[in-house]
Amino acid sequence: MKIYNADKIIPGLLIFVCLMTLPFWYAHGKPVPPPQPKIDTPVIQQLKEKECVLPKANMRTEHMQLLNDWRAWVVRDGNRLYVADSGKSYNMSLQNECMRCHSSKVQFCDQCHNYVAVVPYCWTCHIEPKENK
Amino acid sequence: MEAGRRGFLKLAGICTLGLAAKPAVNLLWGDHLEAAQVSPNPGALAGKKWAMVVDMKKCWEKGKEGCKDCLQVCHRVHNVPDVGNVKEEIKWIWTEHYQNAFPGQENEFAEEVVKDKPFIVLCNHCTNPPCVRVCPTQATFKRKQDGIVMMDFHRCIGCRYCMAGCPFGARSFNYRDPRPYVKQDLNMTFPTRERGVVEKCNFCEERLAVGLLPACVEACKVGALTFGDQSDPKSPVRKLLSSNFTVRRKAELGTQPNVYYII
Repeated sequence: MKIYNADKIIPGLLIFVCLMTLPFWYAHGKPVPPPQPKIDTPVIQQLKEKECVLPKANMRTEHMQLLNDWRAWVVRDGNRLYVADSGKSYNMSLQNECMRCHSSKVQFCDQCHNYVAVVPYCWTCHIEPKENK
Repeated sequence: MEAGRRGFLKLAGICTLGLAAKPAVNLLWGDHLEAAQVSPNPGALAGKKWAMVVDMKKCWEKGKEGCKDCLQVCHRVHNVPDVGNVKEEIKWIWTEHYQNAFPGQENEFAEEVVKDKPFIVLCNHCTNPPCVRVCPTQATFKRKQDGIVMMDFHRCIGCRYCMAGCPFGARSFNYRDPRPYVKQDLNMTFPTRERGVVEKCNFCEERLAVGLLPACVEACKVGALTFGDQSDPKSPVRKLLSSNFTVRRKAELGTQPNVYYII
């Protein structure tokens, strides 16, 4: 097999591959710090039992599913009360219920969403709480 | 291995059965989110067929000239923007002239009583809503329990079929991000909309859910707006309907509007 202009093409390809993979070499070996969201808002500090709608592990993995279900139940069925397994009832609302306790979007939402590079478009319509700086 | 047609078909059949395994597993050991855990708010106003009666006589005779209480309160509680451009106007409840609210009814020598008078108009929450029929995503739907024509903004793709379908012009499209145009302070308990969705009056569904009457009804100082359940013979709406002559906008189109006017 013969490549015409191999003296130019092969070094060119090598330079191209190096440039394209530069970000990987640049971050190689450096651990990316995992997000450390602070969720001790004033409301949560005053709670006697610090529990959410679902247990913590389930909230981590299933909150998007929960919000999706809540949306369907509230908007389409007109049901607004959710009774958790603990027996406590919640008003199914992202803007009015979740953010009542988790009153900092920067800490509670953005930290992890930025880390895993997901961009949910909740806040184009729902109004985020005014951050308590 | 020689694969004959018979063997292939058997294998395909078994594979198809395998596809059914996941739904079966989900059914038996499904996730713990169940609809049985949800219920409506206990204090919510319940009705089978909500309706409104607009008493324009009361509005004009007892109300102050140029009173806009009902319009303003609605726009405030629902974060309705004011884009300042008639073509991009967002309308939940607004005023029309008689000839526009009731086209075909105008006489050449119009009665002074309706000439140049503002008519309060809003979504009619029709019994047979054309906007629901044309919506390709079911973002607009008629709630079975109380007949409110609702919007699920999450589902709206902004195709604007509903705007073409609605004969009352009760639907508005957000041509741009509406939030900067909300002139008043944002109501932090209600969302805004985003660019590319259609919006309209929701009969204050979020207020009914907590036991409150629609904001416009509550705001009217002269009681020109009456809200109630049409299916209940004792409701204030039924009383007004039985004791007054009422008209509906474009009733001849057969959409069965549920907003009635006393003129």
